[in-house]
Amino acid sequence: MISAQHISKSYGKKGEIKALQDVSFEVAPGTLFGLIGPDGAGKTTLFRILTTLLLPDAGEARVLGYDVKTQLPEIRSRVGYMPGRFSLYQDLSVEENLSFYATLFNTTIEKNYHLIKPIYQQIEPFKTRRAGALSGGMKQKLALCCALIHKPGVLFLDEPTTGVDVVSRKEFWDMLADLKKEGITILVSTPYMDEAALCDHIALLHEGKILSIAPPHQIAHSIKTVVWEVKVKKIYTAIQLLDGFAGVSSVYPFGESLHITLDDDRKDAGFVEAWLTRAGLTEVSIQAIEPGIEDAFLMMMTDTHKKSQS
Amino acid sequence: MSISYSIIADKLTKTFGDFTAVDAISLEVKSGEIFGFLGANGAGKTTAMRMFTGLSLPTSGKAFVAGFDVYTETENIKKSIGYMSQKFSLYQDLTVKENITFYGGIYGVYGAAMKTAMDEMLVKLGMAAEKTTLVSELPLGWKQKLSFSLAILHKPGIVFLDEPTGGVDPVTRRQFWTMIYEAAESGITVFVTTHYMDEAEYCNRVAIMVDGKIEAMGSPSELKLQHAANSMDDMFYRLARKASRNDM
Repeated sequence: MISAQHISKSYGKKGEIKALQDVSFEVAPGTLFGLIGPDGAGKTTLFRILTTLLLPDAGEARVLGYDVKTQLPEIRSRVGYMPGRFSLYQDLSVEENLSFYATLFNTTIEKNYHLIKPIYQQIEPFKTRRAGALSGGMKQKLALCCALIHKPGVLFLDEPTTGVDVVSRKEFWDMLADLKKEGITILVSTPYMDEAALCDHIALLHEGKILSIAPPHQIAHSIKTVVWEVKVKKIYTAIQLLDGFAGVSSVYPFGESLHITLDDDRKDAGFVEAWLTRAGLTEVSIQAIEPGIEDAFLMMMTDTHKKSQS
Repeated sequence: MSISYSIIADKLTKTFGDFTAVDAISLEVKSGEIFGFLGANGAGKTTAMRMFTGLSLPTSGKAFVAGFDVYTETENIKKSIGYMSQKFSLYQDLTVKENITFYGGIYGVYGAAMKTAMDEMLVKLGMAAEKTTLVSELPLGWKQKLSFSLAILHKPGIVFLDEPTGGVDPVTRRQFWTMIYEAAESGITVFVTTHYMDEAEYCNRVAIMVDGKIEAMGSPSELKLQHAANSMDDMFYRLARKASRNDM
């Protein structure tokens, strides 16, 4: 459905800002593929290339079999795109926005109503309200309806849940699961690691490069290093004591605890516990844990950073 | 030594016409504590914070911030607090150096004291080479660290952070939280509003607001245990889902 091979794109007068560097991936039909990466990772540039709004400097990409460099109309009429900034006309009502998008794609609201029905019904009571006067969660639902109204083969969603609260986020992911059942292929980007688990496949994107592509559970399992969880009363003091301490290779706060890794993958973290206790810290406990996607991302980020420095 | 409190609220309420945005909330935030104030959109977080920062007068109830009354001593409150919002804190068209000088000026840091503060801050942030760079050209993570440093430049007793770390990479987010821990360690009380539950996990204690009321309060681990939830996200979802005043 989507195939990208060695895509690169730079910005700036001398091309000094490398937004994407040699990015390759495939998205199989009917799957939910997540691009996970922080602000500035290159997610939006990639979306703009795949939706034919921007040409790559190098590389090839196809969407639904069409070339993103030469078959623009074919792609544009067959994909749905929900950009990160809301694509709605603020001065038009909910209903007017929807019929505007339907008209653009030479269709009607009625024709594909079944596809948007479960989502549209939630905002229908407000169909005469101007889009500009909607809350974030409602705008997001309307924008999704607008992107779906022509029954696209592929749906591109660029950070659909940024700035949206937990309840709306969860509802949104439920909607995506339903759309997947309809056979729509979905490429979605997000800066939230916890949303990665909801995708069939994920690509971790950082500074324009793909660090890893795999089903979410495999990404965490690909980590060979043992991750230790340190629980301690004074987190900040513990960070200071462990950062740079011989035998400890990384220290990251994880909410109420710390996650650390050890040099040469030492099998025993007893020396860390002894060190913290000797320094006067209380309620110290250390145990090896199953690494999560965020642990994996942190480790891959540090690895690429080390490589680029050496 | 008795425990001192940075924020005390007793049945604090704010109504707009017949709409009760904040409904009799009571809480106590200890000095040096990192306190998370969580809620879905429309739960009343912003209204409550506007009262705590002296920008909005309560309708009823009592509250003291840094020992000052939110009804009558709002100017003293404004001098005793720092404030950071991801969206609004920095002037994008000014350079890093100009932003620092500007904030120093607002809080009365001038001359030699300013120079020292500026040098210290640039070294600490690792931004000495960027001091003449426009803030609009900085990566998001650097902007967040700079705005946090500016919010505590005048060594306030309390700093209010409004959804501070959305969108940055996991390493940068952790560097940011380490800065927050350091500030708390030095005695600054940190009051964070957010709807990102991963931020909530870093707080000493959190309060969860639903429909203008505090529905739950405690440390993240206590709350998870009480509600038999795996994560803060899970537990927040259960509470927030009950909201009648939802995101409309």
